[in-house]
Amino acid sequence: MGKSLYEKVWESHSAAKLSNGQTQLLIDTHLIHEVTSPQAFGMLRDLGLPVRHPERTFATVDHIVPTDQFEQPFADPLADAMIKELDRNAEEFGVTYFDLKSGKQGIVHVVGPEQGITQPGTTIACGDSHTATHGAFGAIAFGIGTTQVRDVLASQSIAMSKLQVRRINVEGKLRPGVYAKDVILHIIAQLGAKGGIGYAYEFGGNIFDNFTMEERMTVCNMTIEGGARCGYVNPDDTTFEYLKGRNYSPTGADWDAAVERWRTVASDADCTYDDLIEIRAEDVAPSVTWGISPDQGLPITGNVPRVEDADTPAAKASIAEALEYMQLEPGAPIKGTSIEVAFIGSCTNGRLSDFREVAQYLKGHRVADSVKAIAVPGSQIVDALCRKEGINDIFTEAGFEWRGAGCSMCLAMNPDKLIGDQICASSSNRNFKGRQGSPIGRTVLMSPLMVAAAAVRGCVSDAREVFEVGETAAV
Amino acid sequence: MALDPIKSVQGRAVYVPGSDIDTDRIIPARFMKCVTFDGLGEYLFFDARHQEDGTPKEHPLNEERYQGASVFVSGVNFGCGSSREHAPQALYRAGFRAVIAESFAEIFFGNCATLGIPCATATSEDIATLSAAIEADPQLEVTVDVEKARVFFGDANFTVHIPDTAQDALVSGRWDPIAELLENAEKVDVCLEKMGFVST
Repeated sequence: MGKSLYEKVWESHSAAKLSNGQTQLLIDTHLIHEVTSPQAFGMLRDLGLPVRHPERTFATVDHIVPTDQFEQPFADPLADAMIKELDRNAEEFGVTYFDLKSGKQGIVHVVGPEQGITQPGTTIACGDSHTATHGAFGAIAFGIGTTQVRDVLASQSIAMSKLQVRRINVEGKLRPGVYAKDVILHIIAQLGAKGGIGYAYEFGGNIFDNFTMEERMTVCNMTIEGGARCGYVNPDDTTFEYLKGRNYSPTGADWDAAVERWRTVASDADCTYDDLIEIRAEDVAPSVTWGISPDQGLPITGNVPRVEDADTPAAKASIAEALEYMQLEPGAPIKGTSIEVAFIGSCTNGRLSDFREVAQYLKGHRVADSVKAIAVPGSQIVDALCRKEGINDIFTEAGFEWRGAGCSMCLAMNPDKLIGDQICASSSNRNFKGRQGSPIGRTVLMSPLMVAAAAVRGCVSDAREVFEVGETAAV
Repeated sequence: MALDPIKSVQGRAVYVPGSDIDTDRIIPARFMKCVTFDGLGEYLFFDARHQEDGTPKEHPLNEERYQGASVFVSGVNFGCGSSREHAPQALYRAGFRAVIAESFAEIFFGNCATLGIPCATATSEDIATLSAAIEADPQLEVTVDVEKARVFFGDANFTVHIPDTAQDALVSGRWDPIAELLENAEKVDVCLEKMGFVST
């Protein structure tokens, strides 16, 4: 019987059995950033240990970086101190570091793929839950806590238990104006925020076969919002084409050998899965969230639920809590909900293709006067590529602020924050209470083009109507 | 590294109801601007406990009768979202030594396991019984027996689920795996060698 990619990678990376029954799993690639690494380096110092494989450890700064100030010291002394701490740790422990002056800095999950560090059949860990993004390349990639960051720094491995594998097939044809973001919001709404606990998600079907790498990354990125610690797509020619010629990709004979190896790591045709979910692509609509958990989503044409729609006391309580926080009227259409801020960026949707797609529709439109709109490229390289194509000008002419690279308003650890109970149309990944920096700020998640539509109209809108999206926009 | 075995946790308990309580809520991101975990306890559930002007809101953690509790009780998918270890660190530094919930998000669970904080899963009915008992008597002594995978309080008790691997690690005092990971580090090196990464 065949094996899934997950099983193959698990077996090739199992270094030892631990006394409690867990597996000691080799981590090929360790990505670190300024927020969850300083304490781990502190623990290494306390233990008097070096970084065991600095050549497999890659650092950048993203969470706390201001997007409108490029010279240190930054206005926020705490942010400045955290960045200096990573400068010091990278230097002292000999870790590769894409710093602010490198021209390669950015969100760690944008930088890894961009540099060719993210490769098929590997294990990747990072002190960040959106590490699942790298699964788009057929890697087993997952978020870890800071003590585990210490474990990887010290031993290039972690203690882990094996997951089950759920295959999610999306087959058919996506309708015009429906994007990868809508596919994952739809999956999460169907399976729930805890539906994936205990599973790795394998995404497949003709929709994923035809997706670009950036679309695959958008979906894998949000597997954690569905409760699954990692999600992946089997590597194929699209994957290899993307990786060819990147800084850390093998070259010459090494490249040929790598591609041969990567092909064998894909799930075998006759492998079995612990669970199988079939989704019809035609059922996926442009989607938005209405509540405070990423599974509280609906089609743009849908209505906000009523408390009485739920059948259990716990579900009723969740809807009531979300409606109160979001200040939404039960049963009302989500379309037309006023917004005050629009954010395009993040590790979910801050790549070149995201800005390119929006730019082709945004030209000639203007952000509503009532809306503050910001566009934040996922990396300095994305920024440079957008500038080269004049995409930044299209955004600024439409009334967006074009910012420097970073996580920005996805989690608002930098100065980009909501104020008071502002409501934000956001291309990011989490609509948790207070997520965007104000304890009472509100988030409506959607695709980048839907954010642009909301920015132009000043309310949650159907991008297909605002931009007259036709058949050509279909993936 | 010799660690204390954690066979049971005993103390008063507090129930914070809700489903999908995420780690942003447990510790808002702005409090992660720090290079140590010291002092995180005071920011535990900060925005759920405070108005925007800093005055306290109605919240179980603000109630005098629950001060000093060391067992935290909650609902479904507790600790979902961000992988930030700051969340269990804040719970620990606020005095909590065990968590009972209907279910746990995986990364949060793993972070707690590594810090020696038992996370025990219980049915919604048992959690309702326990929370009613705590409400009736906030001084009630609650015991999370890790070895027996049972929770005891007053005359009552119920079974909880703790995965074997976590249970074994806690009870045997090997919940921080670093010593074992280092012992096997050469095996990891051999494994890495086979991956054939080209040095740049």
